[in-house]
Amino acid sequence: MTPNPALQPSFTGDHRNPARASNARWKAGAAPSVVSLRQADSDANPKVHLDGISLSYKTNDGKRLLALDNIDLKVQPGEFLCIVGPSGCGKSTLLHLIAGLNQPTSGSVLMDNKPVTAPGTDRILIFQELGLFPWLKVGENVEFGMKMKGLSKAERRERVDYYLRLVHLSQFKDSYTHQLSGGMRQRVALARALATEPDVLLMDEPFAALDAQTRDLLHDELERLWAETGRTIIFVTHNVREAIRLGDRVALISFRPGKIKREYRVDLPRPRQLEDVSVALCAREILDDLRGEIDKSLREQYGDKEVHA
Amino acid sequence: MRKFARHAVFYAVLIGIWALLGALKIWPTYVFPTPKGVGEALYAGFQDHSFWIAIAVSMKRMLLGYSLSVVLGMVLGLGVASNKFLEETMGGLLVSLQSLPSICWLPLAVLWFGLTEKAILFVVVMGSLLSVTIAMEDGRKQMPKIHSMAGRNLGATGLKLFWYVLLPASLPFILNGLKQGWAFAWRSLISGEMIFVSLGLGQQLMMGRDLNDMNLVIAVMLLIIAIGYIVDGLVFRTAERSLQRRWGLEPAS
Ligand SMILES: Nc1ncnc2c1ncn2[C@@H]1O[C@H](COP(=O)(O)OP(=O)(O)O)[C@@H](O)[C@H]1O
Ligand SMILES: [Mg+2]
Repeated sequence: MTPNPALQPSFTGDHRNPARASNARWKAGAAPSVVSLRQADSDANPKVHLDGISLSYKTNDGKRLLALDNIDLKVQPGEFLCIVGPSGCGKSTLLHLIAGLNQPTSGSVLMDNKPVTAPGTDRILIFQELGLFPWLKVGENVEFGMKMKGLSKAERRERVDYYLRLVHLSQFKDSYTHQLSGGMRQRVALARALATEPDVLLMDEPFAALDAQTRDLLHDELERLWAETGRTIIFVTHNVREAIRLGDRVALISFRPGKIKREYRVDLPRPRQLEDVSVALCAREILDDLRGEIDKSLREQYGDKEVHA
Repeated sequence: MRKFARHAVFYAVLIGIWALLGALKIWPTYVFPTPKGVGEALYAGFQDHSFWIAIAVSMKRMLLGYSLSVVLGMVLGLGVASNKFLEETMGGLLVSLQSLPSICWLPLAVLWFGLTEKAILFVVVMGSLLSVTIAMEDGRKQMPKIHSMAGRNLGATGLKLFWYVLLPASLPFILNGLKQGWAFAWRSLISGEMIFVSLGLGQQLMMGRDLNDMNLVIAVMLLIIAIGYIVDGLVFRTAERSLQRRWGLEPAS
């Protein structure tokens, strides 16, 4: 029935085993459960490797804006990495680079140790604005990437059905995207990305515009899908609690220039809830580091030296 | 249905006034034809197939010329929109060229192609090419950038990207231009056929003049209006409505 064996629930003894994270110390919520992570912890065979990438944009007044400055980051296969940072620090830029939609000014993006030079269906980005195609029906949207890949019609149809069922949207296959709610559109984007069966899923503030209930629901669904499909996920958000709720690891990006300021490993047991005390405690620690960056971002945006929100 | 009834009443009254004026015999019928005379001319024209042939010839020229200018216009428009230098220079030139009535190209066309079918096609293409090009250029610029990024992200490149993403994504922005292009092409064709006699509806019109047959002249004019109306209503309105339904746009007006 299932079109791809890789999609079978695969709990095969990896880090997603709940037993792994059940560290009693953190459960009590007494001590902060996030621990600063040193680069030395990283493995030698990363799925995605950002090797000293910098990117500067040309601004309208002819100057150059250094959006990303010498970013080094390794993402392990099957890892759920969250990236947080204030608005305008270069989070979207970073994902666009990994997706191959943009080239770094210096440094390189490596995927399985091979340099990335163009978009490829081994990495699919879910845009902040989703980027669903309004001229296509929901099913056709999900089918799009497979069509571009040249899969047979029968296989495409089978996979469309499979992934729509996965995100609970089967009965909306023939609707147009404007007929769906925000949360449903988000799930269409997810199904469309998953259907091309990428190794790496890149998500850009996917749940920022949703109401709390829908967001909680989608957190659960995303965590389930991640566990079932074994994909590597790089998830960008400006919401620290969301990052702790979902991530194995959280990377904090600073504002202008965008550098990796610090990395945190999240050792809380899954499934987690946004309201968990332990999640809040972890978030507090990251927020303290983040606050300075947010101030910088606000001052830049409003030109006000006195902002201390 | 009510809308249809209102239309029916309106046209019935219009024809009634016309018939009344005709019946009063203020002017001789060779100056002011009656509805009956025009009706007979229409009937006769379709009976002896001369109208069918004229319509077929004109439509064939339209389809050829218009498709040519749509394809050319899309390539040109995309090219112009994708290059800043071209946009500044060509963009301005295109707009200024648009003020030239396309029939002005006929002398040039005759010199280049002689009194051939090509000359007529040239005039039709020149009539609509500019509006299609300008529409495409505008559409490409108005089209949200996210669509092309999403397309590339999902593995679309080159021709596939154009056909499956850029074209449908810009369609709502170019449809009006395509429609305008059709209207310009239609006018250019009829003017061309009137001057450059070789079958077609324009020639039928001139034949009416040569024969002093006012009924024929009016009948052909009605045909030209009807065809323009049918194409607009059937083809472009349908396309517009289907776009609005798909994209979830509010219907215009
Ligand atoms: N195409 C562009 N041209 C010039 N500057 C850009 C462009 N895209 C983004 N920027 C700038 O780069 C910085 C990072 O942008 P972005 O990656 O969108 O930030 P984030 O997603 O973290 O909010 C911002 O200051 C933004 O103004
Ligand atoms: Mg962003």
